[in-house]
Amino acid sequence: MSFIRLEPRGQASKTMVYVTPLLAVALTLLSGFILFLAMGFDPLKALYSFFVAPVTSVRGVGELVVKATPLVLCAVGLAIGFRANVWNIGAEGQLTLGAITGGGLALAFYGEGGWWLLPLMVIGGAIGGAVWAAVPAFLRLRFNASEILTSLMLNYVALLLLNYLVHGPFRDPDGFAFPESRLFEADATLPVLWAGTRVHLGALFALLAVAGGWLLIARTFIGFQIKVIGLTPAAAGYAGFDQKRIVWLTLLLSGALAGIAGMGEVAGPIGQVTAGISPGYGYTAIIVAFLGRLHPVGILLAALLMALSFIGGEAAQIAMGLPKAITGVFQGMLLFFLLASDVLIRYRVRFGARRAAA
Amino acid sequence: MPSHAETYPPDAPPPRLELRGITKRFPGCLANDHVDLVLRPGEIHALLGENGAGKSTLVKMIYGVLHPDSGTLLWQGAETVVPDPAGARRLGIGMVFQHFSLFDTLTVTENIALGLDNAGPMDQLAGRIREVSERYGLALDPGRHVFHLSVGERQRVEIVRCLLQDPKLLIMDEPTSVLTPQEASKLFETLRVLAAEGCTILYISHKLEEIRALCSRATVLRAGKVVGAADPRQETARSLAEMMMGAELSTPERPPQGAAGAARLTVRHLSTTSDNPFATNLKDVNFEVRAGEILGIAGVAGNGQAELMAALSGEALLADADAVVIEGTSAGHLGPRARRGLGLAFVPEERLGRGAVPELSLSENALLSGYAREPLVRGGMVHFARARAYAETIIRGFNVVAHGHRAEARSLSGGNLQKFIIGREILQKPKLLVVGQPTWGVDAGAAAAIHKALIDLARSGAAVLVISQDLDELFVLSDRISVLFHGRLSDSRPTHETSVERIGLLMGGLFGTPPDEDGEITRAV
Repeated sequence: MSFIRLEPRGQASKTMVYVTPLLAVALTLLSGFILFLAMGFDPLKALYSFFVAPVTSVRGVGELVVKATPLVLCAVGLAIGFRANVWNIGAEGQLTLGAITGGGLALAFYGEGGWWLLPLMVIGGAIGGAVWAAVPAFLRLRFNASEILTSLMLNYVALLLLNYLVHGPFRDPDGFAFPESRLFEADATLPVLWAGTRVHLGALFALLAVAGGWLLIARTFIGFQIKVIGLTPAAAGYAGFDQKRIVWLTLLLSGALAGIAGMGEVAGPIGQVTAGISPGYGYTAIIVAFLGRLHPVGILLAALLMALSFIGGEAAQIAMGLPKAITGVFQGMLLFFLLASDVLIRYRVRFGARRAAA
Repeated sequence: MPSHAETYPPDAPPPRLELRGITKRFPGCLANDHVDLVLRPGEIHALLGENGAGKSTLVKMIYGVLHPDSGTLLWQGAETVVPDPAGARRLGIGMVFQHFSLFDTLTVTENIALGLDNAGPMDQLAGRIREVSERYGLALDPGRHVFHLSVGERQRVEIVRCLLQDPKLLIMDEPTSVLTPQEASKLFETLRVLAAEGCTILYISHKLEEIRALCSRATVLRAGKVVGAADPRQETARSLAEMMMGAELSTPERPPQGAAGAARLTVRHLSTTSDNPFATNLKDVNFEVRAGEILGIAGVAGNGQAELMAALSGEALLADADAVVIEGTSAGHLGPRARRGLGLAFVPEERLGRGAVPELSLSENALLSGYAREPLVRGGMVHFARARAYAETIIRGFNVVAHGHRAEARSLSGGNLQKFIIGREILQKPKLLVVGQPTWGVDAGAAAAIHKALIDLARSGAAVLVISQDLDELFVLSDRISVLFHGRLSDSRPTHETSVERIGLLMGGLFGTPPDEDGEITRAV
């Protein structure tokens, strides 16, 4: 008879669905506090420089949006798949492929671009990401191979492909052999939406993805099928929903969105194809998707929070000389606390010894 | 009415179990209201009541799953608190639940070991399982994985698990719903032996005939209160049902069948092969269902019902497109959606988890199959207002007790969910309805309503196929009956020309020599 017990709830708590992400954030901050204290920093100052100082300027807020943009694009796609039990872990690779195809088009038409080049790059980036996501879809449906493993492994293939390209075919002929492409021309660069910041047209794509994702999930029959397949595959089979089609659809869609995110990075803040186009957006997007409860609006908020962990990590490196790994530590803690506190959705905590049945 | 405590002779040994004034309240509902119950050593005592009457709550408190808000429990005369199921088992209380608690990916032995407090070595346990299952006629292979087992076989695991614990009080919740009449009477023999050995059996069933045959006393619950006690042997099934309902029971009338119409479903040379070594392959199954008639397919679980259901619904596609013909169209290669388009509606055996999504609301569950024949989806968008209206129509038309269309499917009782699912399929005006186990675990009132709906549908010109293990039900419903055994289907016979005994023998595998009109089959035994 322990003094803290978990007692199953009769019904999943709707309140807890929204409370646990906040609880996870609170616990992360608390742990961060203890961590900084143990490392000998002033914890309040450290947390301030991590979470608050970066967004005290217009430029800082702009950076927040810049970082949140690829996270939202990737996470909305992933969430739609996760809802159907399609576990695409390969957004990072799909993002990289989108950067390669989108960026490749910018380089291919270097010097002969026009207004049509950007739309072409968006389509090219989407196709690149979708093709990369099609591989795990095919392997799952043809050979019953777990898409968790195949999509993850393809991330490394994509990274090596990118490295090969920037060291070879994509390399700037006038770049002194640095592994970078030429800087894109204006025709191949996403316009800046907010003067004084680097917020680019990709942010609008991200908002469109949120709206479109919500529409798909909440209003369309495809979204209903995704929900049923995710909750009860046998009922989906009974209803006659084509599960193969849903696997294809969700993987291609999330691949395309990640591809657009990758294209947006090279055609936006980076402005060229380099070996380091993503600090792990595709992986962080997995956390964003779950933190946002697989709901597009939740994802938008969660992406802003995780974007803050990226720029906060950078700021903490500069201001306090903390290692770069601090970003990963905070992201990891957040996911850990979220998964742990999700138990509260189905269970309630009871204090005191078990009531002897009177 | 005198309470049991008063009628109990003072000089007799103390009752095995006595409940005094047990009360249990859930938010918004008084599940048990001052319930008194006396169980004597070695008696088989029936607990009767419709779904929602409070039977489950009461037995869960006896088994320590729930705890009463007030009242006293006396075990062999001593006031006792049952802290949890493990404590109940230590006292000698065993329970076979209606809903199984088995792990699909574990074997029979492993599952039973998990439910025992002192399982011992696995190979010894397997031996004991084999021994008990043979002794009580509950065929079971200890090494098989549960996911291969049919519903009937899963229930056998639960029963054997309990019997292994040599209980002093055995609570059985609907134990026979998936047995053949012969198997059920075998189980009754077992239960009578157990009772004669001094074990008390608390028996919950909706099958009133079997309660009359088995039980010596009955306690009737209605809306959480004890409303009566009876000796079932002195009552009729009808009087027992009316005691439970507190109202008169309307038995569905089966008007004589008109001229049989055109074949709506024709199955020709349907054979299946499965990669699953434990599946029952169908072997050259042939039958047809005509407009306006109900064909019943009897058989014990695991004889190919699941495979037949999947082959008919389209969840399993067939190599031979002509093996299943719906309304003149070869449909063997078509999926469920296309078959629904041809006029098929379908009620699966598993209500929660196949026929309905537990976590979704009734309006979303109305959409689950309703999309096929109702205008609920337009241009790829769900028309939620219409789905809600459709759900409300089902709820009203079929007297589904639920908190409106927003209620989650899992919040409904088994009978109400089944009424909802059957209503959802019937309101789509199908040309052909296939139903698996229409009233398994459903109380008498709901079962009568479901039977009436199926008969009305057939009389309005649809073809209805009922696959069930409940022979009483098939004899109420069917115009013709066939039997499925080891993947083979017997020829059908008109219901009025056959008998429960004869069909029961076919369910036990007495095929081969087709029985002739004057009881050749009994000689073949």
